[in-house]
Amino acid sequence: MNILVCISHVPDTTSKINFTDNDTLFDTNGVQFVINPNDEFGLTRAIWFQEQQGANVTVVNVGGPETEPTLRKALAIGANEAIRVNANPTDGFFVAKQLAEVIKNGNYDLVIAGKESLDYNGGMVPGMIAGLLGFNFINSCVALTIEGNSVTASREIDGGKEIVNSQLPLIIGGQKGLVEEKDLRIPNMRGIMTARTKVLTIIEPVGGESKTATVKFEKPAPKSAVKLVSADNLDELISLLHNEAKVI
Amino acid sequence: MSILIYAESAEGKFKKVAFELASYAKNVAETLGTSVTAITINTNDVSELSNYGVDKVLKVNNPKLAGFTAKAYADAIKQAAQKENSQVIILSSTTDSLYLAPLVSISLEAGFASNVVGLPQKLSPFQVKRNGFSNKAFVTTEITTPIKVLSISKNSYGIFENKSSLAEEDFNPSIEETDFGVKVVSVEKASGKVTIADADIVVSAGRGLKGPENWGMIEELATVLGAATACSKPVSDLGWRPHGEHVGQTGKPVAANLYIAIGVSGAIQHIAGINSSKVKVVINTDPEAPFFKVADYGVVGDAFEIVPKLIEKLKSFKANN
Repeated sequence: MNILVCISHVPDTTSKINFTDNDTLFDTNGVQFVINPNDEFGLTRAIWFQEQQGANVTVVNVGGPETEPTLRKALAIGANEAIRVNANPTDGFFVAKQLAEVIKNGNYDLVIAGKESLDYNGGMVPGMIAGLLGFNFINSCVALTIEGNSVTASREIDGGKEIVNSQLPLIIGGQKGLVEEKDLRIPNMRGIMTARTKVLTIIEPVGGESKTATVKFEKPAPKSAVKLVSADNLDELISLLHNEAKVI
Repeated sequence: MSILIYAESAEGKFKKVAFELASYAKNVAETLGTSVTAITINTNDVSELSNYGVDKVLKVNNPKLAGFTAKAYADAIKQAAQKENSQVIILSSTTDSLYLAPLVSISLEAGFASNVVGLPQKLSPFQVKRNGFSNKAFVTTEITTPIKVLSISKNSYGIFENKSSLAEEDFNPSIEETDFGVKVVSVEKASGKVTIADADIVVSAGRGLKGPENWGMIEELATVLGAATACSKPVSDLGWRPHGEHVGQTGKPVAANLYIAIGVSGAIQHIAGINSSKVKVVINTDPEAPFFKVADYGVVGDAFEIVPKLIEKLKSFKANN
Protein backbone atom coordinates (compact mmCIF):
# COMPACT_ATOMS: atom_id res chain seq x y z
CA MET A 1 0.00 0.00 0.00
CA ASN A 2 1.28 3.43 -1.00
CA ILE A 3 0.27 6.20 1.37
CA LEU A 4 0.67 9.92 0.82
CA VAL A 5 0.38 12.13 3.89
CA CYS A 6 -0.18 15.82 3.20
CA ILE A 7 1.65 18.00 5.70
CA SER A 8 0.89 21.61 6.40
CA HIS A 9 3.60 23.74 8.00
CA VAL A 10 1.81 25.84 10.63
CA PRO A 11 2.62 28.06 13.62
CA ASP A 12 2.85 26.15 16.89
CA THR A 13 -0.47 26.16 18.74
CA THR A 14 0.93 28.41 21.47
CA SER A 15 2.13 31.09 19.02
CA LYS A 16 1.13 34.69 19.36
CA ILE A 17 -0.27 35.79 16.03
CA ASN A 18 0.90 39.08 14.53
CA PHE A 19 0.84 40.66 11.09
CA THR A 20 3.13 42.95 9.12
CA ASP A 21 3.04 44.99 5.92
CA ASN A 22 -0.08 46.87 6.85
CA ASP A 23 -1.79 43.71 8.11
CA THR A 24 -1.43 41.89 4.82
CA LEU A 25 1.25 39.35 5.80
CA PHE A 26 1.55 36.89 8.65
CA ASP A 27 4.54 37.83 10.81
CA THR A 28 6.72 34.74 11.08
CA ASN A 29 9.19 36.54 13.35
CA GLY A 30 9.81 34.46 16.47
CA VAL A 31 7.20 31.89 15.45
CA GLN A 32 7.96 28.20 15.86
CA PHE A 33 6.55 26.07 13.05
CA VAL A 34 5.24 22.53 13.48
CA ILE A 35 3.47 19.78 11.58
CA ASN A 36 -0.21 20.75 11.57
CA PRO A 37 -1.68 18.72 14.47
CA ASN A 38 -4.50 17.22 12.37
CA ASP A 39 -1.86 16.06 9.87
CA GLU A 40 0.31 14.61 12.63
CA PHE A 41 -2.49 12.30 13.76
CA GLY A 42 -2.76 11.11 10.15
CA LEU A 43 0.99 10.71 9.78
CA THR A 44 1.18 8.62 12.93
CA ARG A 45 -1.62 6.36 11.67
CA ALA A 46 0.24 6.04 8.35
CA ILE A 47 3.40 4.96 10.23
CA TRP A 48 1.27 2.32 11.97
CA PHE A 49 0.24 0.97 8.54
CA GLN A 50 3.91 1.01 7.55
CA GLU A 51 4.98 -0.97 10.61
CA GLN A 52 2.04 -3.37 10.77
CA GLN A 53 1.06 -3.78 7.12
CA GLY A 54 4.19 -2.92 5.17
CA ALA A 55 2.92 0.34 3.70
CA ASN A 56 5.24 2.87 2.10
CA VAL A 57 4.69 6.39 3.46
CA THR A 58 5.48 9.54 1.50
CA VAL A 59 4.92 12.98 2.99
CA VAL A 60 4.25 16.05 0.87
CA ASN A 61 4.07 19.75 1.50
CA VAL A 62 3.38 22.72 -0.75
CA GLY A 63 5.73 25.46 0.36
CA GLY A 64 9.06 27.22 0.10
CA PRO A 65 12.46 25.93 1.32
CA GLU A 66 11.69 27.25 4.83
CA THR A 67 9.18 24.39 5.27
CA GLU A 68 11.80 21.65 4.82
CA PRO A 69 12.54 21.25 8.56
CA THR A 70 8.87 20.31 9.02
CA LEU A 71 9.18 17.65 6.29
CA ARG A 72 12.44 16.41 7.84
CA LYS A 73 10.61 16.06 11.14
CA ALA A 74 8.00 13.89 9.41
CA LEU A 75 10.85 11.79 7.98
CA ALA A 76 12.38 11.54 11.45
CA ILE A 77 9.06 10.28 12.79
CA GLY A 78 9.27 7.51 10.20
CA ALA A 79 8.02 8.52 6.74
CA ASN A 80 10.01 6.83 3.95
CA GLU A 81 10.37 9.80 1.65
CA ALA A 82 9.26 13.38 1.17
CA ILE A 83 8.14 15.66 -1.63
CA ARG A 84 8.11 19.43 -1.53
CA VAL A 85 6.15 21.28 -4.18
CA ASN A 86 8.17 24.43 -4.49
CA ALA A 87 5.49 27.10 -4.38
CA ASN A 88 4.06 29.66 -2.04
CA PRO A 89 0.57 28.32 -1.25
CA THR A 90 -1.80 31.10 -2.30
CA ASP A 91 -5.09 29.46 -1.35
CA GLY A 92 -6.67 26.10 -0.55
CA PHE A 93 -7.63 25.41 -4.15
CA PHE A 94 -4.09 26.04 -5.36
CA VAL A 95 -2.74 23.60 -2.76
CA ALA A 96 -5.36 20.97 -3.63
CA LYS A 97 -4.52 21.32 -7.31
CA GLN A 98 -0.79 20.77 -6.65
CA LEU A 99 -1.48 17.77 -4.41
CA ALA A 100 -3.89 16.25 -6.93
CA GLU A 101 -1.09 16.42 -9.49
CA VAL A 102 1.35 14.68 -7.12
CA ILE A 103 -1.25 11.97 -6.47
CA LYS A 104 -1.96 11.43 -10.19
CA ASN A 105 1.74 10.93 -10.86
CA GLY A 106 2.44 8.84 -7.77
CA ASN A 107 0.08 5.89 -7.78
CA TYR A 108 -1.09 6.30 -4.17
CA ASP A 109 -3.78 4.08 -2.69
CA LEU A 110 -4.47 6.18 0.35
CA VAL A 111 -4.10 9.93 0.84
CA ILE A 112 -4.33 11.35 4.34
CA ALA A 113 -4.62 15.08 4.95
CA GLY A 114 -5.68 16.88 8.11
CA LYS A 115 -9.32 17.96 8.02
CA GLU A 116 -8.09 21.54 8.49
CA SER A 117 -4.89 23.43 9.09
CA LEU A 118 -4.55 25.53 12.20
CA ASP A 119 -3.41 28.65 10.34
CA TYR A 120 -5.95 29.47 7.65
CA ASN A 121 -8.54 26.97 8.93
CA GLY A 122 -9.89 26.58 5.42
CA GLY A 123 -10.89 22.95 5.89
CA MET A 124 -11.07 22.49 2.15
CA VAL A 125 -7.93 20.77 0.86
CA PRO A 126 -8.86 17.07 1.34
CA GLY A 127 -12.38 17.59 -0.07
CA MET A 128 -11.07 19.53 -3.03
CA ILE A 129 -8.50 16.83 -3.84
CA ALA A 130 -11.34 14.28 -3.73
CA GLY A 131 -13.43 16.49 -5.99
CA LEU A 132 -10.58 16.97 -8.46
CA LEU A 133 -9.68 13.26 -8.63
CA GLY A 134 -13.07 11.66 -8.06
CA PHE A 135 -11.64 9.51 -5.25
CA ASN A 136 -13.73 8.19 -2.37
CA PHE A 137 -13.52 10.65 0.50
CA ILE A 138 -14.09 10.44 4.25
CA ASN A 139 -13.88 13.67 6.21
CA SER A 140 -13.44 14.17 9.99
CA CYS A 141 -12.12 10.62 10.14
CA VAL A 142 -11.47 9.34 13.68
CA ALA A 143 -10.62 5.68 13.01
CA LEU A 144 -9.30 3.85 9.98
CA THR A 145 -8.55 0.20 9.24
CA ILE A 146 -7.69 -1.34 5.88
CA GLU A 147 -7.73 -4.98 4.71
CA GLY A 148 -6.71 -5.41 1.09
CA ASN A 149 -8.72 -2.75 -0.72
CA SER A 150 -11.49 -2.63 1.76
CA VAL A 151 -11.73 0.22 4.26
CA THR A 152 -13.63 0.57 7.51
CA ALA A 153 -13.61 4.00 9.09
CA SER A 154 -15.41 6.15 11.63
CA ARG A 155 -16.41 9.65 10.93
CA GLU A 156 -17.20 12.18 13.61
CA ILE A 157 -20.69 13.63 13.29
CA ASP A 158 -22.40 16.24 15.43
CA GLY A 159 -23.19 14.37 18.63
CA GLY A 160 -21.62 11.03 17.80
CA LYS A 161 -19.97 9.05 15.09
CA GLU A 162 -20.78 7.09 11.99
CA ILE A 163 -19.13 3.84 10.88
CA VAL A 164 -18.56 3.72 7.12
CA ASN A 165 -17.22 1.26 4.54
CA SER A 166 -15.32 2.18 1.44
CA GLN A 167 -12.66 1.05 -1.02
CA LEU A 168 -9.20 2.24 -1.95
CA PRO A 169 -8.17 4.57 -3.49
CA LEU A 170 -9.38 6.89 -0.81
CA ILE A 171 -8.81 10.37 0.61
CA ILE A 172 -9.08 10.97 4.34
CA GLY A 173 -9.65 14.28 6.13
CA GLY A 174 -8.04 13.26 9.41
CA GLN A 175 -8.02 14.45 12.98
CA LYS A 176 -7.41 13.30 16.54
CA GLY A 177 -8.81 9.81 16.94
CA LEU A 178 -6.93 8.35 13.96
CA VAL A 179 -4.44 7.77 16.76
CA GLU A 180 -4.57 9.04 20.31
CA GLU A 181 -2.50 11.89 21.67
CA LYS A 182 -0.32 9.44 23.60
CA ASP A 183 0.54 7.59 20.36
CA LEU A 184 2.12 10.67 18.78
CA ARG A 185 5.86 10.25 18.41
CA ILE A 186 8.72 12.49 19.27
CA PRO A 187 11.56 11.80 16.82
CA ASN A 188 14.48 10.00 18.47
CA MET A 189 18.15 10.57 17.64
CA ARG A 190 18.27 7.63 15.26
CA GLY A 191 15.19 8.89 13.44
CA ILE A 192 16.67 12.36 13.15
CA MET A 193 19.97 10.96 11.79
CA THR A 194 18.32 8.72 9.18
CA ALA A 195 15.96 11.53 8.16
CA ARG A 196 18.97 13.50 6.93
CA THR A 197 19.70 10.93 4.23
CA LYS A 198 16.13 10.11 3.20
CA VAL A 199 15.02 11.33 -0.21
CA LEU A 200 13.38 14.75 -0.30
CA THR A 201 12.31 15.48 -3.86
CA ILE A 202 11.61 19.05 -4.90
CA ILE A 203 9.15 19.48 -7.73
CA GLU A 204 7.94 22.61 -9.43
CA PRO A 205 4.24 23.55 -9.25
CA VAL A 206 1.80 23.04 -12.08
CA GLY A 207 0.01 26.11 -13.32
CA GLY A 208 -3.30 26.79 -11.71
CA GLU A 209 -4.79 29.98 -10.57
CA SER A 210 -6.16 30.60 -7.11
CA LYS A 211 -9.85 31.12 -6.59
CA THR A 212 -9.54 33.29 -3.50
CA ALA A 213 -7.12 35.94 -2.26
CA THR A 214 -6.28 37.18 1.20
CA VAL A 215 -6.96 40.89 1.40
CA LYS A 216 -5.98 41.60 4.98
CA PHE A 217 -5.72 40.28 8.50
CA GLU A 218 -7.17 41.72 11.64
CA LYS A 219 -6.80 40.88 15.29
CA PRO A 220 -9.91 40.75 17.46
CA ALA A 221 -10.61 43.92 19.43
CA PRO A 222 -9.17 43.77 22.94
CA LYS A 223 -11.62 42.45 25.48
CA SER A 224 -13.00 44.48 28.31
CA ALA A 225 -12.01 43.20 31.75
CA VAL A 226 -13.84 40.33 33.37
CA LYS A 227 -16.64 41.20 35.79
CA LEU A 228 -15.94 39.32 38.99
CA VAL A 229 -18.84 38.11 41.06
CA SER A 230 -18.41 36.98 44.65
CA ALA A 231 -18.87 33.29 45.30
CA ASP A 232 -21.36 34.28 48.00
CA ASN A 233 -23.47 36.25 45.59
CA LEU A 234 -24.39 33.87 42.79
CA ASP A 235 -27.77 35.60 42.43
CA GLU A 236 -25.84 38.49 40.96
CA LEU A 237 -24.25 36.17 38.38
CA ILE A 238 -27.66 34.85 37.37
CA SER A 239 -29.01 38.36 37.17
CA LEU A 240 -26.10 39.51 34.99
CA LEU A 241 -26.53 36.54 32.65
CA HIS A 242 -30.25 37.18 32.44
CA ASN A 243 -30.51 40.97 32.34
CA GLU A 244 -27.19 42.14 30.96
CA ALA A 245 -25.88 39.35 28.75
CA LYS A 246 -29.40 38.02 28.01
CA VAL A 247 -28.17 34.47 27.53
CA ILE A 248 -30.35 32.65 30.07
CA MET B 1 -29.45 34.19 -10.05
CA SER B 2 -31.14 33.25 -6.81
CA ILE B 3 -28.93 32.67 -3.78
CA LEU B 4 -28.95 28.99 -2.87
CA ILE B 5 -28.78 27.67 0.67
CA TYR B 6 -28.56 24.08 1.79
CA ALA B 7 -31.16 23.94 4.57
CA GLU B 8 -29.96 21.02 6.64
CA SER B 9 -32.23 18.70 8.55
CA ALA B 10 -31.81 15.76 10.87
CA GLU B 11 -34.43 13.01 11.02
CA GLY B 12 -36.65 15.05 8.73
CA LYS B 13 -36.63 18.21 10.88
CA PHE B 14 -34.67 21.39 10.20
CA LYS B 15 -31.59 22.09 12.25
CA LYS B 16 -31.48 25.60 13.72
CA VAL B 17 -28.57 26.53 11.47
CA ALA B 18 -30.94 26.26 8.50
CA PHE B 19 -32.80 29.34 9.78
CA GLU B 20 -29.59 31.25 10.39
CA LEU B 21 -28.50 30.51 6.81
CA ALA B 22 -31.89 31.63 5.52
CA SER B 23 -31.69 34.90 7.50
CA TYR B 24 -28.18 35.54 6.23
CA ALA B 25 -29.03 34.71 2.63
CA LYS B 26 -32.11 36.94 2.74
CA ASN B 27 -30.00 39.92 3.72
CA VAL B 28 -27.45 39.28 0.95
CA ALA B 29 -30.24 38.65 -1.58
CA GLU B 30 -31.91 41.97 -0.76
CA THR B 31 -28.64 43.83 -1.29
CA LEU B 32 -28.13 42.02 -4.59
CA GLY B 33 -31.77 42.45 -5.64
CA THR B 34 -32.40 38.74 -5.92
CA SER B 35 -34.26 35.95 -4.11
CA VAL B 36 -33.38 33.02 -1.85
CA THR B 37 -33.83 29.39 -2.85
CA ALA B 38 -33.28 26.54 -0.41
CA ILE B 39 -32.56 22.94 -1.21
CA THR B 40 -33.75 20.38 1.34
CA ILE B 41 -33.00 16.67 1.41
CA ASN B 42 -35.62 14.38 2.92
CA THR B 43 -37.10 17.11 5.10
CA ASN B 44 -40.74 16.42 6.05
CA ASP B 45 -42.22 19.88 6.46
CA VAL B 46 -40.43 22.76 4.75
CA SER B 47 -42.99 25.49 5.49
CA GLU B 48 -40.97 26.91 8.39
CA LEU B 49 -38.52 28.39 5.87
CA SER B 50 -41.15 31.00 5.00
CA ASN B 51 -40.56 32.58 8.44
CA TYR B 52 -37.01 33.48 7.48
CA GLY B 53 -37.35 34.98 4.03
CA VAL B 54 -36.88 31.96 1.75
CA ASP B 55 -38.73 32.45 -1.54
CA LYS B 56 -38.49 29.02 -3.05
CA VAL B 57 -37.61 25.54 -1.89
CA LEU B 58 -36.38 22.65 -4.01
CA LYS B 59 -37.46 19.54 -2.14
CA VAL B 60 -35.45 16.40 -2.71
CA ASN B 61 -37.15 13.28 -1.41
CA ASN B 62 -35.14 10.22 -2.24
CA PRO B 63 -34.86 7.11 -0.05
CA LYS B 64 -31.35 6.55 -1.47
CA LEU B 65 -30.31 9.70 0.38
CA ALA B 66 -31.69 8.55 3.72
CA GLY B 67 -28.17 8.22 5.14
CA PHE B 68 -25.71 11.05 4.68
CA THR B 69 -23.65 10.45 1.54
CA ALA B 70 -21.37 13.39 0.88
CA LYS B 71 -20.83 12.89 -2.85
CA ALA B 72 -24.51 12.35 -3.60
CA TYR B 73 -25.59 15.30 -1.44
CA ALA B 74 -22.93 17.53 -3.01
CA ASP B 75 -24.14 16.41 -6.44
CA ALA B 76 -27.74 17.35 -5.57
CA ILE B 77 -26.65 20.79 -4.33
CA LYS B 78 -24.61 21.34 -7.48
CA GLN B 79 -27.57 20.50 -9.69
CA ALA B 80 -29.83 22.82 -7.69
CA ALA B 81 -27.27 25.63 -8.08
CA GLN B 82 -27.16 25.03 -11.84
CA LYS B 83 -30.94 24.92 -12.13
CA GLU B 84 -31.28 28.22 -10.26
CA ASN B 85 -28.24 29.71 -11.98
CA SER B 86 -27.01 30.63 -8.49
CA GLN B 87 -23.86 32.70 -8.15
CA VAL B 88 -23.75 32.43 -4.37
CA ILE B 89 -24.19 29.10 -2.57
CA ILE B 90 -24.29 29.16 1.23
CA LEU B 91 -23.78 26.25 3.62
CA SER B 92 -23.42 26.04 7.39
CA SER B 93 -20.45 24.92 9.49
CA THR B 94 -21.87 21.63 10.70
CA THR B 95 -19.67 18.56 10.25
CA ASP B 96 -21.81 17.48 7.30
CA SER B 97 -21.80 20.86 5.57
CA LEU B 98 -18.04 21.25 5.98
CA TYR B 99 -17.75 17.84 4.31
CA LEU B 100 -19.93 18.97 1.40
CA ALA B 101 -18.74 22.50 0.71
CA PRO B 102 -15.32 21.69 -0.88
CA LEU B 103 -16.95 19.06 -3.11
CA VAL B 104 -19.63 21.54 -4.20
CA SER B 105 -17.05 24.23 -4.88
CA ILE B 106 -14.93 21.96 -7.08
CA SER B 107 -17.93 20.77 -9.08
CA LEU B 108 -19.02 24.37 -9.75
CA GLU B 109 -15.46 25.67 -10.24
CA ALA B 110 -16.24 28.08 -7.46
CA GLY B 111 -14.01 29.74 -4.88
CA PHE B 112 -14.84 28.72 -1.34
CA ALA B 113 -14.55 30.61 1.95
CA SER B 114 -15.22 28.78 5.21
CA ASN B 115 -15.79 30.03 8.78
CA VAL B 116 -17.37 33.20 7.46
CA VAL B 117 -18.44 35.62 10.17
CA GLY B 118 -20.80 38.41 9.24
CA LEU B 119 -22.23 39.67 5.97
CA PRO B 120 -19.99 40.17 2.92
CA GLN B 121 -17.95 43.33 3.41
CA LYS B 122 -18.16 44.10 -0.29
CA LEU B 123 -20.07 42.45 -3.11
CA SER B 124 -17.90 43.59 -5.98
CA PRO B 125 -15.21 42.45 -5.56
CA PHE B 126 -16.76 39.84 -3.27
CA GLN B 127 -15.07 40.02 0.14
CA VAL B 128 -15.95 38.22 3.33
CA LYS B 129 -14.48 38.22 6.81
CA ARG B 130 -13.62 34.83 8.23
CA ASN B 131 -12.14 33.34 11.34
CA GLY B 132 -8.56 32.19 10.96
CA PHE B 133 -5.56 31.21 13.03
CA SER B 134 -7.85 29.22 15.30
CA ASN B 135 -9.90 32.28 16.20
CA LYS B 136 -6.83 34.33 17.04
CA ALA B 137 -7.39 36.56 14.00
CA PHE B 138 -9.83 37.47 11.26
CA VAL B 139 -8.96 37.13 7.60
CA THR B 140 -10.63 39.17 4.88
CA THR B 141 -10.85 36.88 1.88
CA GLU B 142 -11.78 37.85 -1.65
CA ILE B 143 -13.44 35.20 -3.78
CA THR B 144 -12.37 35.87 -7.34
CA THR B 145 -14.52 33.35 -9.25
CA PRO B 146 -17.97 34.14 -10.73
CA ILE B 147 -19.57 31.50 -8.48
CA LYS B 148 -18.95 31.68 -4.75
CA VAL B 149 -19.41 29.07 -2.04
CA LEU B 150 -19.54 30.17 1.59
CA SER B 151 -19.85 28.31 4.84
CA ILE B 152 -21.12 30.49 7.66
CA SER B 153 -19.76 30.10 11.16
CA LYS B 154 -22.50 29.05 13.56
CA ASN B 155 -24.10 31.81 15.65
CA SER B 156 -22.12 34.50 13.86
CA TYR B 157 -25.12 36.13 12.19
CA GLY B 158 -28.21 35.14 14.13
CA ILE B 159 -31.76 34.21 13.21
CA PHE B 160 -34.12 36.95 12.00
CA GLU B 161 -37.78 36.48 11.20
CA ASN B 162 -38.86 37.72 7.81
CA LYS B 163 -42.16 36.42 6.40
CA SER B 164 -42.15 35.37 2.78
CA SER B 165 -44.39 33.44 0.46
CA LEU B 166 -42.65 30.17 -0.14
CA ALA B 167 -42.96 28.34 -3.47
CA GLU B 168 -42.42 24.60 -3.00
CA GLU B 169 -41.11 22.50 -5.85
CA ASP B 170 -40.17 18.82 -5.98
CA PHE B 171 -36.67 18.35 -7.29
CA ASN B 172 -35.16 15.12 -8.57
CA PRO B 173 -31.47 15.51 -9.17
CA SER B 174 -29.83 12.62 -10.99
CA ILE B 175 -27.73 10.63 -8.55
CA GLU B 176 -25.01 8.32 -9.88
CA GLU B 177 -24.07 4.93 -8.47
CA THR B 178 -20.50 6.24 -8.19
CA ASP B 179 -21.77 8.75 -5.62
CA PHE B 180 -22.09 5.90 -3.14
CA GLY B 181 -18.43 4.92 -2.76
CA VAL B 182 -18.60 5.53 0.98
CA LYS B 183 -21.45 3.66 2.68
CA VAL B 184 -22.77 4.25 6.16
CA VAL B 185 -22.84 1.00 8.13
CA SER B 186 -24.09 2.31 11.46
CA VAL B 187 -24.53 5.50 13.45
CA GLU B 188 -23.61 5.84 17.10
CA LYS B 189 -25.33 8.83 18.56
CA ALA B 190 -26.43 9.51 22.11
CA SER B 191 -30.14 10.15 21.89
CA GLY B 192 -31.82 12.89 23.88
CA LYS B 193 -28.53 14.65 24.63
CA VAL B 194 -27.85 18.20 23.52
CA THR B 195 -24.83 18.14 21.20
CA ILE B 196 -22.02 20.68 21.39
CA ALA B 197 -22.72 21.57 17.77
CA ASP B 198 -26.38 22.41 18.38
CA ALA B 199 -26.17 23.82 21.88
CA ASP B 200 -26.82 27.46 22.75
CA ILE B 201 -25.18 26.89 26.11
CA VAL B 202 -22.15 24.71 26.81
CA VAL B 203 -20.97 23.73 30.30
CA SER B 204 -17.34 22.68 30.26
CA ALA B 205 -15.11 21.34 32.99
CA GLY B 206 -11.41 20.71 33.38
CA ARG B 207 -8.87 19.01 35.56
CA GLY B 208 -9.96 21.20 38.46
CA LEU B 209 -12.73 18.66 38.99
CA LYS B 210 -10.14 16.16 40.20
CA GLY B 211 -11.75 13.01 38.80
CA PRO B 212 -14.45 11.61 36.52
CA GLU B 213 -16.61 10.71 39.51
CA ASN B 214 -17.24 14.41 40.10
CA TRP B 215 -18.98 15.08 36.79
CA GLY B 216 -22.46 14.52 38.20
CA MET B 217 -22.81 18.16 39.16
CA ILE B 218 -21.58 19.29 35.73
CA GLU B 219 -24.21 17.16 34.05
CA GLU B 220 -26.86 18.43 36.40
CA LEU B 221 -25.89 22.04 35.73
CA ALA B 222 -26.07 21.32 31.99
CA THR B 223 -29.50 19.74 32.38
CA VAL B 224 -30.84 22.74 34.29
CA LEU B 225 -29.59 25.07 31.56
CA GLY B 226 -30.52 22.82 28.62
CA ALA B 227 -26.81 22.83 27.81
CA ALA B 228 -24.31 20.42 26.28
CA THR B 229 -21.38 19.18 28.36
CA ALA B 230 -17.78 19.58 27.23
CA CYS B 231 -14.31 19.15 28.66
CA SER B 232 -10.73 20.31 28.29
CA LYS B 233 -8.05 18.35 26.45
CA PRO B 234 -6.27 16.92 29.53
CA VAL B 235 -9.57 15.56 30.79
CA SER B 236 -10.23 13.74 27.52
CA ASP B 237 -6.60 12.56 27.32
CA LEU B 238 -6.91 11.13 30.84
CA GLY B 239 -10.01 9.26 29.72
CA TRP B 240 -12.24 10.96 32.30
CA ARG B 241 -14.64 12.02 29.56
CA PRO B 242 -15.30 10.82 25.98
CA HIS B 243 -13.26 12.37 23.17
CA GLY B 244 -16.38 13.80 21.61
CA GLU B 245 -16.55 16.25 24.54
CA HIS B 246 -13.04 17.63 24.04
CA VAL B 247 -13.28 21.24 22.94
CA GLY B 248 -10.37 23.41 21.87
CA GLN B 249 -7.99 23.85 19.00
CA THR B 250 -7.56 20.15 18.26
CA GLY B 251 -10.99 19.21 19.58
CA LYS B 252 -14.41 20.52 18.70
CA PRO B 253 -14.95 24.22 18.14
CA VAL B 254 -17.62 25.90 20.26
CA ALA B 255 -19.63 28.90 19.12
CA ALA B 256 -22.31 29.00 21.80
CA ASN B 257 -24.22 31.94 23.23
CA LEU B 258 -22.96 31.06 26.69
CA TYR B 259 -19.87 29.04 27.59
CA ILE B 260 -19.31 28.19 31.24
CA ALA B 261 -15.83 26.90 32.09
CA ILE B 262 -15.43 25.22 35.45
CA GLY B 263 -11.98 24.27 36.71
CA VAL B 264 -10.49 24.98 33.27
CA SER B 265 -7.33 27.07 33.48
CA GLY B 266 -7.66 28.39 29.95
CA ALA B 267 -4.64 27.22 27.96
CA ILE B 268 -4.25 29.19 24.75
CA GLN B 269 -5.34 26.14 22.69
CA HIS B 270 -8.53 25.77 24.73
CA ILE B 271 -9.40 29.45 24.37
CA ALA B 272 -8.80 29.28 20.61
CA GLY B 273 -11.45 26.60 20.29
CA ILE B 274 -14.14 28.32 22.33
CA ASN B 275 -13.47 31.97 21.60
CA SER B 276 -16.29 32.33 19.10
CA SER B 277 -18.74 31.90 21.97
CA LYS B 278 -20.54 35.12 22.77
CA VAL B 279 -20.49 35.16 26.58
CA LYS B 280 -17.92 33.34 28.66
CA VAL B 281 -18.16 32.58 32.37
CA VAL B 282 -15.27 31.14 34.35
CA ILE B 283 -15.35 29.48 37.75
CA ASN B 284 -11.88 28.76 39.12
CA THR B 285 -10.06 28.69 42.44
CA ASP B 286 -7.02 30.38 40.92
CA PRO B 287 -7.60 34.11 40.30
CA GLU B 288 -4.51 34.07 38.07
CA ALA B 289 -5.96 31.43 35.73
CA PRO B 290 -5.57 32.73 32.14
CA PHE B 291 -9.27 32.10 31.50
CA PHE B 292 -10.14 35.21 33.55
CA LYS B 293 -8.43 37.33 30.88
CA VAL B 294 -10.88 36.25 28.18
CA ALA B 295 -14.04 35.74 30.24
CA ASP B 296 -16.93 38.16 30.56
CA TYR B 297 -17.92 37.03 34.04
CA GLY B 298 -15.87 35.23 36.62
CA VAL B 299 -16.23 33.69 40.04
CA VAL B 300 -13.10 32.96 42.06
CA GLY B 301 -13.75 29.98 44.27
CA ASP B 302 -14.09 26.28 44.72
CA ALA B 303 -16.25 24.59 42.09
CA PHE B 304 -17.33 21.96 44.59
CA GLU B 305 -19.00 24.67 46.67
CA ILE B 306 -20.12 27.00 43.89
CA VAL B 307 -21.61 24.62 41.35
CA PRO B 308 -24.15 22.93 43.68
CA LYS B 309 -25.26 26.36 44.93
CA LEU B 310 -25.50 27.64 41.36
CA ILE B 311 -27.65 24.65 40.38
CA GLU B 312 -30.10 25.35 43.23
CA LYS B 313 -30.30 29.05 42.42
CA LEU B 314 -30.76 28.38 38.70
CA LYS B 315 -33.53 25.92 39.43
CA SER B 316 -35.49 28.54 41.35
CA PHE B 317 -34.67 31.14 38.70
CA LYS B 318 -35.99 28.81 35.98
CA ALA B 319 -39.12 28.11 38.01
CA ASN B 320 -39.86 31.84 38.21
CA ASN B 321 -38.94 32.88 34.68
